[in-house]
Amino acid sequence: MIEVRNLKKNYGDLEVLKGINLTIETGQIVAIIGPSGSGKSTLLRCMNLLEFPSAGEILIDDQDILNKTVNIQQVRENIGMVFQHFNLFPHKTVMENMMYAPLKTKKIEKSEINEKCLQLLKKVGLEEKADVYPGKLSGGQKQRAAIARALAMEPNTLLFDEPTSALDPEMVKEVLVVIKDLVKTGITMALVTHEMSFAREIADKVCFVDAGNIAEEASPADFFTHPKSERAKLFLEKML
Amino acid sequence: MLKHKKIILIICFLFIFTPVAAFADTGVVIPHDFMPNFVIGDINLQFGRILPYKKVFLNGLSNTLKITAISLIGGTVLGVLLSIAKVSNIRILKLFAQFYTSIFRGTPLMVQLFLVYFATPQLTGYDIPPFIAAVVSFSLNSGAYISEILRGGIESIDSGQVEASLALGVGRRDTMFDIVIPQALRSVLPALVNEAIALLKDSSLVSTIGMLDMMRASQTAMNATYLAFEPFLVVAVMYYILVMFLNFVAKELERRLKKSDRS
Ligand SMILES: Nc1ncnc2c1ncn2[C@@H]1O[C@H](COP(=O)(O)OP(=O)(O)OP(=O)(O)O)[C@@H](O)[C@H]1O
Ligand SMILES: [Mg+2]
Repeated sequence: MIEVRNLKKNYGDLEVLKGINLTIETGQIVAIIGPSGSGKSTLLRCMNLLEFPSAGEILIDDQDILNKTVNIQQVRENIGMVFQHFNLFPHKTVMENMMYAPLKTKKIEKSEINEKCLQLLKKVGLEEKADVYPGKLSGGQKQRAAIARALAMEPNTLLFDEPTSALDPEMVKEVLVVIKDLVKTGITMALVTHEMSFAREIADKVCFVDAGNIAEEASPADFFTHPKSERAKLFLEKML
Repeated sequence: MLKHKKIILIICFLFIFTPVAAFADTGVVIPHDFMPNFVIGDINLQFGRILPYKKVFLNGLSNTLKITAISLIGGTVLGVLLSIAKVSNIRILKLFAQFYTSIFRGTPLMVQLFLVYFATPQLTGYDIPPFIAAVVSFSLNSGAYISEILRGGIESIDSGQVEASLALGVGRRDTMFDIVIPQALRSVLPALVNEAIALLKDSSLVSTIGMLDMMRASQTAMNATYLAFEPFLVVAVMYYILVMFLNFVAKELERRLKKSDRS
């Protein structure tokens, strides 16, 4: 379970997050939506400390990860992240991309990791691409490989930052299918997306972020049919 | 990637074993009219007369290649460390690396060479051999240049690469050495080859501290034969061939890198 309490982040004078409160229960799928520049990515990146918050608390299973004594590497091992631009390592093959972090951080036999990664590749439909360099993959394949790489660390939580925004339209679906399959595994998920129908389909909860605040938090059914705030109404009109 | 490793290996082998091969007496007898003399009007070019200095030139070639290769390795190791210092957020390391670079780029290489060669015995009493002095000063100098090249390479790597690695739970140091530096090295390989070319040509400075390199060999031939044009032309051609070879390597690397970047 992730509890974000009164989270603030500023860059100089610019206050990007203005006191976010958000709870993500174990196994819950939370969709984070909102206009561009509202702070969605920043919120997500605070959860694995790619950005260090200016104030507030982030409790992961009751442990405050902002506490100086916490080993941030260990925290990150349990929280995978999938980026808009994939960020695969171009000098490593798909398999090497996947095996790199487990080899560095886990005390498991290489052959065992390899076995596990092959299974994951099968799961995302890329078993034939194991020894291919990312440069030779299509956008959809890259993102599926990136998801498989995140899964290779066996995280209990996955953070997605607009996983399909950089993809050609015809490749969006293959990635969404993979994410949907993940939902069934009971993994905890925070998903920033502009795919409204997908958010509605898979999310347990929708958070609407506007100008550094969570302007609305509701079930997808409520949010997409009767948004309460004026801003959310405007936003949805534009999106749908 | 494997192919690049092979190319680098080949370059290293050439640098290290060419001198060895040059030393080996092949037993091939070069006929006396191998480099004939030319007479053009009043000008009489007597290449035949410097032929007896073949061995001296080959020794010079061997030393030039050794100094260049060792200094390049030393400079690269130093350059990697300095470039990491430059992109680190430890202020004192950063300042040191910047200061170091400004010193070695801001003074002539010849002055640096003389300082190492002549000042070391005066200050420490250690009678530094010319070869060591050459390799040390050239390594220190090329380290400064290579660190600048590498810093550019490191800064050109997308921050998403670091973020992806950190997000996977990998530490900063491993991320630097496994993710950032290999990609940075790759992207600056052509520039590094250019640095190797500059180093090769600058190594002719060692002739001033009495080291027998290619340059010194041609001077030796000149002093003994009173011919200037012939020995210096020979040595110019030797440098040129070596530089062209490195140039070819640079072009080939660039071509392969472009090819593998295309998706
Ligand atoms: N490193 C940074 N330095 C300064 N400002 C930043 C930095 N990162 C983000 N910002 C600013 O913070 C604000 C929120 O950015 P963020 O990326 O979180 O928005 P977002 O909701 O993810 O937008 P998008 O939908 O476009 O991805 C923006 O105004 C952005 O310009
Ligand atoms: Mg964003």
